Amino acid sequence: MSDRIFGLILTALALALFASATQLESPFFADPVGPKTFPILIAGAALLSALVMISIPDQEPSWPNFITLKKLGLALLVLVFYALTLKPLGFLLPTAIASAILSYQISPKLIGSVATGVGLSAGLFFIFKFGLGLSLFPFPRVLFG
Amino acid sequence: MEIIDNLILGFSVALTITTLSLAIAGCVLGTIIGALPGLGPSNGVAILIPLAFSLELDATQALVLMTSVYYGAMYGGRISSILLNIPGDEPAMMTTLDGYPMAKKGRAGDALVLSGVASFVGAFLATIGLMLLAPILARVAFYFGPAEYFALYLLAFCTLGGIGAENQAKSAIAVCLGLGISMIGVDNSTGMTRFTGGNLHLYDGVDFLVAIVGLFAVTEIFVFIESRGRDSAIGVNLGKITIPFKDIFATRWTMLRGTIVGFFAGVLPGAGASLGSFLAYMSEKSLAKNQDSFGTGDVRGVAAPEAGNNAAAGGALVPMLTLGVPGSGTTAVLLALLMTLNITPGPLLFNERPEVVWGLIATLLIANFVLLILNVPLVKLFTKILQVPASILLPGVAMISFVGIYSLSGSHFDLLLMTGFGVLGFILRKLKIPAVPVILGILLGGHMEVSLRRAMVLSNGDWTYLFDSYISIGLWIAAFIGFVAPIFLRSYLKKPEFPG
Repeated sequence: MSDRIFGLILTALALALFASATQLESPFFADPVGPKTFPILIAGAALLSALVMISIPDQEPSWPNFITLKKLGLALLVLVFYALTLKPLGFLLPTAIASAILSYQISPKLIGSVATGVGLSAGLFFIFKFGLGLSLFPFPRVLFG
Repeated sequence: MEIIDNLILGFSVALTITTLSLAIAGCVLGTIIGALPGLGPSNGVAILIPLAFSLELDATQALVLMTSVYYGAMYGGRISSILLNIPGDEPAMMTTLDGYPMAKKGRAGDALVLSGVASFVGAFLATIGLMLLAPILARVAFYFGPAEYFALYLLAFCTLGGIGAENQAKSAIAVCLGLGISMIGVDNSTGMTRFTGGNLHLYDGVDFLVAIVGLFAVTEIFVFIESRGRDSAIGVNLGKITIPFKDIFATRWTMLRGTIVGFFAGVLPGAGASLGSFLAYMSEKSLAKNQDSFGTGDVRGVAAPEAGNNAAAGGALVPMLTLGVPGSGTTAVLLALLMTLNITPGPLLFNERPEVVWGLIATLLIANFVLLILNVPLVKLFTKILQVPASILLPGVAMISFVGIYSLSGSHFDLLLMTGFGVLGFILRKLKIPAVPVILGILLGGHMEVSLRRAMVLSNGDWTYLFDSYISIGLWIAAFIGFVAPIFLRSYLKKPEFPG
């Protein structure tokens, strides 16, 4: 079933690629095949393989159960949070929070996770800033004006 | 004679303090990365590339550092295979078959030393093979025009799943995904934007490093949380490390055979080290008189796959350097490194930048001895790495990946995109759609399209030009066979059952 659903999504994507490629106007100075031919070829190949995937699906993969799914969702949220806060909040705070939560997910011990978060944040900052010379701000930029 | 002159040039580059220290640092880092369960050479190299840029190394130095990490990770992969029964990386999977049973019998130290020596034999001889074969292939590649390159890229994509590919439609889907992503952004020859959906961040296209770190490292974070969300522990007693001369002598031909099989498996575009170790193990088993001892801690079952996968690692560098077509996932990542450094691999590289190629080869020859020392007398140090709990390791990997990409682009959009690639990678892995073809599609898509369009300019739009030379026809036939053969070979190449 999963293969069929993914195959359908890919079919839609391939058709969208095809439709979008045919809309591309070739400028008068373009080469004989222009910017649209290659995307059309790829869309064709994608469509063909997606149809094969729909018609001959593999065995159903073992998807994570609800509890694992929640764990994975939380991990994803943590990573998105980290991506969005790294710049405005500086390195130390987001890194400590994100690594503490990820650590807690693997080994649910509060003190250990907090220690991991703080330790990783400080240790990595030291390596990145002074070992590799990356221009990282330790604290929120607003504090520095 | 030409090779000797080139080697002298290579050693003049390699034997400087900076290059040597980078090689040693790379070997140590690589062995650590390889030893850590779940972190393989492709993840390791992918995570470290952005950081290597911040060291402001020149092209040769960056390549030396990263290739040493690659070789180191190939050596190190066996450590957790033998001690934990968890392969440090995919190519080391075959080593669990006899390595772990050998360790359980109380011979963990012997297994580690024997596999370390086998790794050395494989990697060292493969580096010599690279030295001999690469210039010849580079000379052939001089005759390649755009039509031949187009066919070559097609060959790489068709054979990417390897002989062990389970579902060719899925390999093809992965390639199409990668090629589709590679077309996002400004079309270089007309200046038009394509498939950006009006998003300004996408005008420059999707940075392949963002995709690589996302698909390899971030995906690994999700997979780890799902499958091995617990700390692992060494269950076997390591004991004192001694050199099992008798076993090493007894397996000398096994190592040599494994090396030859592995090297050629590595040279084949797309086949890579996993196939190298698999074929080395299976061919050794089929040659053996007493096959029953395989899987119960047979020394040949440890020596063959380790020689095979390390030889394949060297072999995979041949098509990457001479044709710009990687032979494995990690060499695809190394190709990304070269492209970011503005070096175009291919035949011209050997003529225009001999110091890069030969400096690399000379360093690899030296690096193998460093790795032999690290992996035989000092192997006990690296087994300590396995005691780092996953609850520290995993967040560490995540943070390093993010900061690495952030240091390159400084944009949160790229970090979000990388996370998105991580999710995509997780879904692909669940559906058994390989991720390496996606990466290679993103890396080579632009080149493939340019080759096609140049060929069409040269022929004035005549498509038969694509089949105009013997080389092109040969490549098209090879691509077809490479794509179709696995469908028929599948039943002959059944993977053995993995214990535990």
